[in-house]
Amino acid sequence: MSQHAASVKQRSVPFWRNERVLRIIAQIVFLLIAFAVGTWMLFNYKQRESLFSFNFLKEEASFHLAEGIPFSPTDSYARAFLVGVVNTIRVAGLGIIFATLLGSIAGIARLSDNWLVSRIAGIYIEIVRNTPLLVQLFFLYFAVIIKLPRIQEALVLPGPVFLSNRGIVLPWVHMTDSFSSWLPFLFMALIGAVVLLIMRGRGVQRTGRPSFNLLWVGVPLIVIPWLGWLLISSAPLLPNLPEMISKSGGVLKVEGGTNLSSEFAALLIGLVVYTGAFIAEVVRAGIMAVPKGQTEAARAQGFTQGQILRLIILPQALRVIIPPLISQYLNLTKNSSLAIGIGFLDLYAVSNTMLNQSGRVVEVFLMIMASYLSMSLTISLIMNIVNRRSQIVER
Amino acid sequence: MNRKLFTLLAVLVSLSIVLTACTQQDCPDCPVCPEGGECPDCPDAPICPEAVECPDCPEVAEAAGDRLQLIKDRGNLICGVNAELIGFGYINPDGEFEGFDVDFCKALAAAVFGDATKVEYRPLTASERLPALQTGEIDVLLRNTTWTLTRDTANELNWAAVTFYDGQGMMVRTDSGWDSLEDMAGATVCCTTGTTTEMNLADAFRMRDTEFTPLLFESTQDTNTTYEEGRCDGETSDKSQLAALRSAMAVPEDHTILDVTMSKEPLGPLTAHGNDQWNDVVRWVTWGMMEAEEKGVSSTNLTEMLASNDPTIKRLLGVEGEVGASLGLSNDFMINVLTQVGNYEEVYMRHLGPDGIDIPRGPNELWINGGLLYPMAWR
Repeated sequence: MSQHAASVKQRSVPFWRNERVLRIIAQIVFLLIAFAVGTWMLFNYKQRESLFSFNFLKEEASFHLAEGIPFSPTDSYARAFLVGVVNTIRVAGLGIIFATLLGSIAGIARLSDNWLVSRIAGIYIEIVRNTPLLVQLFFLYFAVIIKLPRIQEALVLPGPVFLSNRGIVLPWVHMTDSFSSWLPFLFMALIGAVVLLIMRGRGVQRTGRPSFNLLWVGVPLIVIPWLGWLLISSAPLLPNLPEMISKSGGVLKVEGGTNLSSEFAALLIGLVVYTGAFIAEVVRAGIMAVPKGQTEAARAQGFTQGQILRLIILPQALRVIIPPLISQYLNLTKNSSLAIGIGFLDLYAVSNTMLNQSGRVVEVFLMIMASYLSMSLTISLIMNIVNRRSQIVER
Repeated sequence: MNRKLFTLLAVLVSLSIVLTACTQQDCPDCPVCPEGGECPDCPDAPICPEAVECPDCPEVAEAAGDRLQLIKDRGNLICGVNAELIGFGYINPDGEFEGFDVDFCKALAAAVFGDATKVEYRPLTASERLPALQTGEIDVLLRNTTWTLTRDTANELNWAAVTFYDGQGMMVRTDSGWDSLEDMAGATVCCTTGTTTEMNLADAFRMRDTEFTPLLFESTQDTNTTYEEGRCDGETSDKSQLAALRSAMAVPEDHTILDVTMSKEPLGPLTAHGNDQWNDVVRWVTWGMMEAEEKGVSSTNLTEMLASNDPTIKRLLGVEGEVGASLGLSNDFMINVLTQVGNYEEVYMRHLGPDGIDIPRGPNELWINGGLLYPMAWR
C-alpha cells in the first residue's frame, strides 16, 4: 500500500505540493524579507543626522544616582550604566534565590495532605499568578510600603531594625583593618569543610552509609575562624548598629547598619512573590510527574515521608523541574525592568535617564539589549549545566 | 487531530481579528488618511455601523512636503501634551484636555483649520515626549518642555518660541524649617526622570557642596505621591509645576516652595528638525497671541479692532498685507485664533491666573510691562 502510494505521488506531485520545492521557496521568501528589513533599517540609519557613536559614554553624566555602588554627578555615563547593571544583578540574583525557596515551599505545600496548607498555597498561587506584575508592584509600593510610617515615626523593632517608608535599616557588620589578615582563616575553614564533605561522600559510596554525621562538616567552619579571631590582635569585624540621628537642619537619618531602600524592597518582594507562584506550579508539575508507584514502593520499604520527598521524589522531579525553571529565572531577570515604575534604579531606569540626557537613543537601547541578553544567556548557561548534571544517567 | 488543530487555529485567527478590530473604536476617523498616504483598514467592528469607504488619499511626499502640508491633508493636528499637570495640561472632569499648553494646541488648530477643536491630543510622559516628536508621531510638542542646547542640536528639535519663562524650584514641608538648599544636607529629593530637572538638581547641590539623595520616578504623579507620603524630604520641578502640584495637595499650607531658583527653564512649543515652514507657523501663531495682548486685541473686542487704524493691528488681523499667505495659512488666521482661543493674557488668566492655579506673571509679563515676553516684529 505504501509503496503504491509513493509511486503515485512521485508521478503526479505538482511543484506547489512538493515539499522540497516549498522549502526552497520558503527560504527565498525569508531571505527577501530579511534583506528588505535590513535595507530599510540601513536607510533609516543613514537618514539620521548624528551618526552612531559610543563616545558619549566617557562624558560626565551630571545627574545623580543614589542606589547601589557609589556614584557622583561627575562620574561618566559608563559608570552610571554600571550602577544600573549592578543593581539589576543584585535584585535578580537575590530574587532568584528567594523565589526558588518560596516556590519550592509553596509547590510542595500545595500537594500537602493537610487541607488548610494546600488551600492556602493554592490561593496564593492562583491570585498572584493571575494578576499582572506591574499592578502588584504598584500596589506593593504605593499602597503598602509608601504608607509605612514616616521616618520621624519610624518603627523600631528589636535588633534594632528601623522600619519606615524610607526603607529598612538592619544591623550589619563593618570590616576593620585587620579583616584582610583574617581572610586566610575563612578560606581555610571553607577548604576544611569541603574536604570533610568529600570524605563523607566517599564513605557513603564505599560502605553505603555515612561514617559521621553531616553536622561535623560545620565544625571547621566555626572553629577555624574563631581561632583566627583569637590570634589576631583586634577584631576583624565589628557590629554596625543603626542609630537614629538628627542632623542640623532637622533631617532625620538612620546612620549605620545596612539600608534596604523601599524601592529595592518593593521590587524584590514583588518579583519573589510573583515568580515564586510560577515556580510553585513548576515544582508541583515536577513532583506529580514522578510515578505514584515510586512513593508507594518507598513507603513499603519503610521510608518516612520526609525521606521519600528528599531521597526518592525530588531527585527524579528535578529533571522535569529544571528546564521550565530556567525560563522562570529569565522572566524574573527581565521583569526586573519594571523597576522604573517604582523608582528603583535598575539597568533600564538608569538607561532611560541616560538616553534622555544624551539623546543617544539607538546606542543606549543597544546597550540595554546587549546587557539583558548577556545576563539571560549566562543564567541559561549555568542552569543548563545544572540540568545536565541532574539528568538520570541512563545505562 | 489535524482538523482539531485547524479549528483551533481558525478560532485563534478570528479572535485576533476581532480583538484588533476592538482597538479601532472611532470609526469616523477611519476615512482620514494617515501620513503614509494609505488608507487604514476599518474592519467591521461591532461598533461600526457600516464598513467605511476610504476616500482617495492624496499621495503624501515623504521628505519634500513640509509638515504643514501633511497636517492640512490629515485634517487634524496631533499635539503632544501633558495629561497630569494641573494648569498646563490635564484632563478635566469632563474628560477633555485643558490647560495653558493645551490652549496653544487649540490656537494652532484654529490657525491652520479655522477650527480649534481639530486637535488630537497625545498624552506623553517626560521621557516619551522627545522620541514621539523625533519619530514624527506628533506634529508639535507642547508639554512644558525646556529649551536646551543639547535638545535643540543633538536631539534634532527646533523650538518655535517661549510661552512661559520658568525656573526650577524646590518644595519642602513647612515644618522642616528650611529656607535654602544648604539647609537640606542629606535630604532625599523626589524628581521626575527624563527631565532637565534631574541634572539641574545635581548641579545645584554640587555647586553648594551639599550631599543629597535623589529618587527618580517616571511620572510626575508618582513623584508627587511619594513626596506627599513623606518618602522624600523635598520635591523639585519647575516652579510653575510645583505651584500646580501644591495647589492639589491635601493641605497646601503644609508645603512651601523655597525661594531658590536652580535654573532657567524657558518652556515652549517645539517641532522636529526639517519642518521649517511648520515651525514658522507655530512660532508666529504664538507670537501673534502675544502681539495681540500688546496691542490690546482680545476675543472680546475683536469686532472693534477690525476697524482699527493701527497698521500693526491691521496686519495682525489680516485686514492688510499678506502675512497669512506667506505662512501658508489663510490671511485671517489670527482672527480664528483670537475668537476661539484668545490672546496670551486671556490664556494665561484662564489657567494660571487667580482663577486657575494662581502663579504671578513675573517674568511672563510683556516687555512693555517689564517682563520678558517680546514678540518679534509683525510685518
